[in-house]
Amino acid sequence: MALLTWFRRRLVVIFGLLTLGYLLLPNVVVTVFSFNDPSGRFNYAWNEFSTDAWTDPCGVDGLCDSLALSLQLALWATLAATVLGTTTAFALARYRFRARGAVNSLIFLPMAMPEVVMAASLLTLFLNTGARLGFWTVLIAHVMFCLSFVVTAVKARVMSMDPRLEQAAQDLYAGPAQTFLRVTLPIAWPGIAAGALLAFALSFDDFIITNFTAGSTVTFPMYVWGSAQRGTPVQINVVGTAMFLVAVLVVVVSMAVGNGRKRMKA
Amino acid sequence: MRDVTETTGTTAPGDGGDVRLSGISRTYGDFTAVHPLDLTVPEGSFFALLGASGCGKTTTLRMIAGLEEPSSGSVHLGRQDVTRLPPYKRPVNTVFQSYALFPHLDVFENVAFGLRRRGVRSVRKQVRDMLDLVQLGEHAHRKPHQLSGGQQQRVAVARALINHPKVLLLDEPLGALDLKLRRRMQLELKRIQTEVGITFIHVTHDQEEAMTMADTVAVMNAGRVEQLGAPADLYENPATTFVANFLGTSNLIEAEVASTAGGEILVRAGGGGLGVPAGRCSAPAGTGARLLVGVRPEKAALTLADEAGRIPDGRNRVTGVITEASFLGVSTQYLVDSPAGKGLAVYAQNVDRDPRLAPGAQVVLHWDRAHTFALDAAQDIEAGVERVEPATAARTEEAPGTAGNPARAGSTGGTGGGVKEAAG
Amino acid sequence: MSSTALTGPPPPAPAAAAEEAAPARRRGRLTPYLLLLPGLLWLLVFFVLPVVYQASTSVQTGSLEAGYEVTWRFATYTEALAEYWPQFLRSVLYAGTATALCLLLGYPLAYLIAFRAGRWRNLIMILVIAPFFTSFLVRTLAWKTILADGGAVVDALNTLHVLDVTAGLGLTDGERVLATPLAVVCGLTYNFLPFMVLPLYTSLERIDPRLHEAAADLYARPATVFRKVTLPLSMPGVTAGTLLTFIPAGGDYVNADLLGSTDTRMIGNVVQTQFLRVLDYPTAAALSFILMAVILVAVSVHIRRSGTEDLV
Repeated sequence: MALLTWFRRRLVVIFGLLTLGYLLLPNVVVTVFSFNDPSGRFNYAWNEFSTDAWTDPCGVDGLCDSLALSLQLALWATLAATVLGTTTAFALARYRFRARGAVNSLIFLPMAMPEVVMAASLLTLFLNTGARLGFWTVLIAHVMFCLSFVVTAVKARVMSMDPRLEQAAQDLYAGPAQTFLRVTLPIAWPGIAAGALLAFALSFDDFIITNFTAGSTVTFPMYVWGSAQRGTPVQINVVGTAMFLVAVLVVVVSMAVGNGRKRMKA
Repeated sequence: MRDVTETTGTTAPGDGGDVRLSGISRTYGDFTAVHPLDLTVPEGSFFALLGASGCGKTTTLRMIAGLEEPSSGSVHLGRQDVTRLPPYKRPVNTVFQSYALFPHLDVFENVAFGLRRRGVRSVRKQVRDMLDLVQLGEHAHRKPHQLSGGQQQRVAVARALINHPKVLLLDEPLGALDLKLRRRMQLELKRIQTEVGITFIHVTHDQEEAMTMADTVAVMNAGRVEQLGAPADLYENPATTFVANFLGTSNLIEAEVASTAGGEILVRAGGGGLGVPAGRCSAPAGTGARLLVGVRPEKAALTLADEAGRIPDGRNRVTGVITEASFLGVSTQYLVDSPAGKGLAVYAQNVDRDPRLAPGAQVVLHWDRAHTFALDAAQDIEAGVERVEPATAARTEEAPGTAGNPARAGSTGGTGGGVKEAAG
Repeated sequence: MSSTALTGPPPPAPAAAAEEAAPARRRGRLTPYLLLLPGLLWLLVFFVLPVVYQASTSVQTGSLEAGYEVTWRFATYTEALAEYWPQFLRSVLYAGTATALCLLLGYPLAYLIAFRAGRWRNLIMILVIAPFFTSFLVRTLAWKTILADGGAVVDALNTLHVLDVTAGLGLTDGERVLATPLAVVCGLTYNFLPFMVLPLYTSLERIDPRLHEAAADLYARPATVFRKVTLPLSMPGVTAGTLLTFIPAGGDYVNADLLGSTDTRMIGNVVQTQFLRVLDYPTAAALSFILMAVILVAVSVHIRRSGTEDLV
């Protein structure tokens, strides 16, 4: 009876943790299989322990090139989408103008559209205009679908900002440029950073739109997709594991820095 | 002060520092927030703009700060016309409602903000001194969100004052504080103002706050200044029903002029006669004219009807029945229904409380004729009565003195509910 | 959404609010348009224009060699529907099932993070978000290992006779999970689960815990508190989460390709093959256009019905 009550009280926690397990299970598998030495071309069944892939991550043809290309793409796409998205977000959050509703809808639509539809229509545009598929078409596509996410993140932040803060800055002898630099931008910064981070993740990991617009260019997701047909090298598990660790590390460090700073000031 | 005029270069030294508003108004589409308004605030005074929310007081303040452009008229600081100057070029600083402290800067940098923008190099000593003045020296490196409400308020004051503005504007600066802290900060602000000698213009909806702090109070209503004067003068001689009801509480009785003789107007009200000093009547008082006769609840006294003989001659009298008696500690508040008006209020000091003064008792309400004032009857008798008040003010500042509104008794009777709410 | 910007005192008139929110009013009226221009232009050229091109392509006829021209042949649409309706239906079914499963699995996790995690909250949040930054293709391939024939999971399901039940429902085939609808739905659910958990968490976290206490104080049992207070207040999160899950799942072809078989092809697979392998552009464009229309109608109905239009 007591056991039953104990169980019932923690039902939500138990189910929540089970879901978390479901979410993390593939990451565990990816990590474990990065130490595998598969018997065939495919790294799906456990054979024996080996650290070969870790000591030689670039040991398979084209993998590190694709990784470098993906990083490069993600950086440029993030930069462009953040700049374009931030200015758009400021216009939407700060000004009333005609067609504001229409612009808001236009921003929302790319997020409400299956990737395959955007990919297909972009491809028809590129085919019809005779553009050569490659790095630039992929970059254009990535900036396009990252833009909306940046706008949403920045807009939310700017709109929740008390307009009196900027008025206070003006009252304290800061002209328009100073007000923007010293008050508006620092306060909007977390929103911009969040938008940029999201854009980076989306661009770096994008497959569907890239698949349509890349031509013969191979990004990391494209490489993994191809290897699923030809044979999966262990090295892609190494990259997957490393990315997970870097992501966790980045988040943990930024949180620790934030906390440390708070404690020091207090 | 001198150093502001020099660094900003906006005014010639030795210039008078009065704030002069000439015919300024502000409209938003069809809505007029401020009707054309003339106002002069003398240099070095503590001036309060008092009114309910939406009366135009904040808009007026923002026009002085430069955060709002007037639809017409001009703003002068001394001899300089600043109407078209942006806020960052005016020698005026504001303590914003809920302070608007920069959340990403610490206390020190918040206070230093204005100095740095004006290119002052060594801000350290000035900021330190200012933080000491507001007793926040130890908290210089905290972020605003790590401070209590009272501390935040002091940072906001320091951030504005360090610039030695010609005028300090305060927009409901104490609104976010609890009652006790608000009382303390009222005295504190008053002390600072006396110390630095800068003109303070203070916007508030709290009449007690305005009267405690300001030398001059302008009562605003619906975009117009209803009356302007020293707090005591406004309280004793309200010119309109709005001022009579908004500033404290008034018993207003509808009456008709019977005769005028020897500096005194005699009126008929509810079957009885009352006397009003002619000097305290702000309306034409020919025979037959209708007036609203008023008296403040603390100036009236109650005597049991059986003992009416003890009341000295020459006092105004109204007979009635006690409907409610609320014990408030310092005083007891009685409500009396009479033929002259319902819900007349009397505040009696609890010196010798008479237990017979209880609901149902027949009483005579009486006061010195000299304490009577009279207003034009052609106004809303309930203007300025605050129906929904924050819990802190509900007890003492409700205005039960408006005749002929049975609903009022109900609202005052609901104090029990209020207490429960506060406890929850 | 716009109301959040005005935390100040009630301004005298709506116009005043607009004025307050725009402190830069002294600058020209052109400013907002100048700020908008670059981003908007990008979206117009690379989002709207392609859709127009696609619409035009879908009513063209011709061949790769001879070139295409607009002949307003709408029969392409009916033919495409007639041939590929099973894939459409499958997409809706798989995506719908995956969305329902995400809600079912994601709600407890979001609830756990919002109300019960205490000092573990940050850690769990990191663990939910971090997979975002790991290649989803690599993670999806891991399911091949997890669900492999003769693997621990499949063995366990066989021993418990679960696969007999799912086979009866047509979800699995024989003694395997891989290359069956179950595997595809499992992959879809897994891949889009964070898109459900995060909006749910956001709306749950906004709920004042005192509301739970107040409801309990007013004689509501825990289940009733959830039904009458928590669930209604988290509806914006439910709406956003279901949208963010259903839309990408409905257009996905990665899971069906990697974890399924030719019998589990979804509409995304068809569009992909038509565009990139068969090179039948009109049919591919028509299919993509139909998918877009279906999703847009579904989204707007969903948003209307749940009354959370501020999402837009």
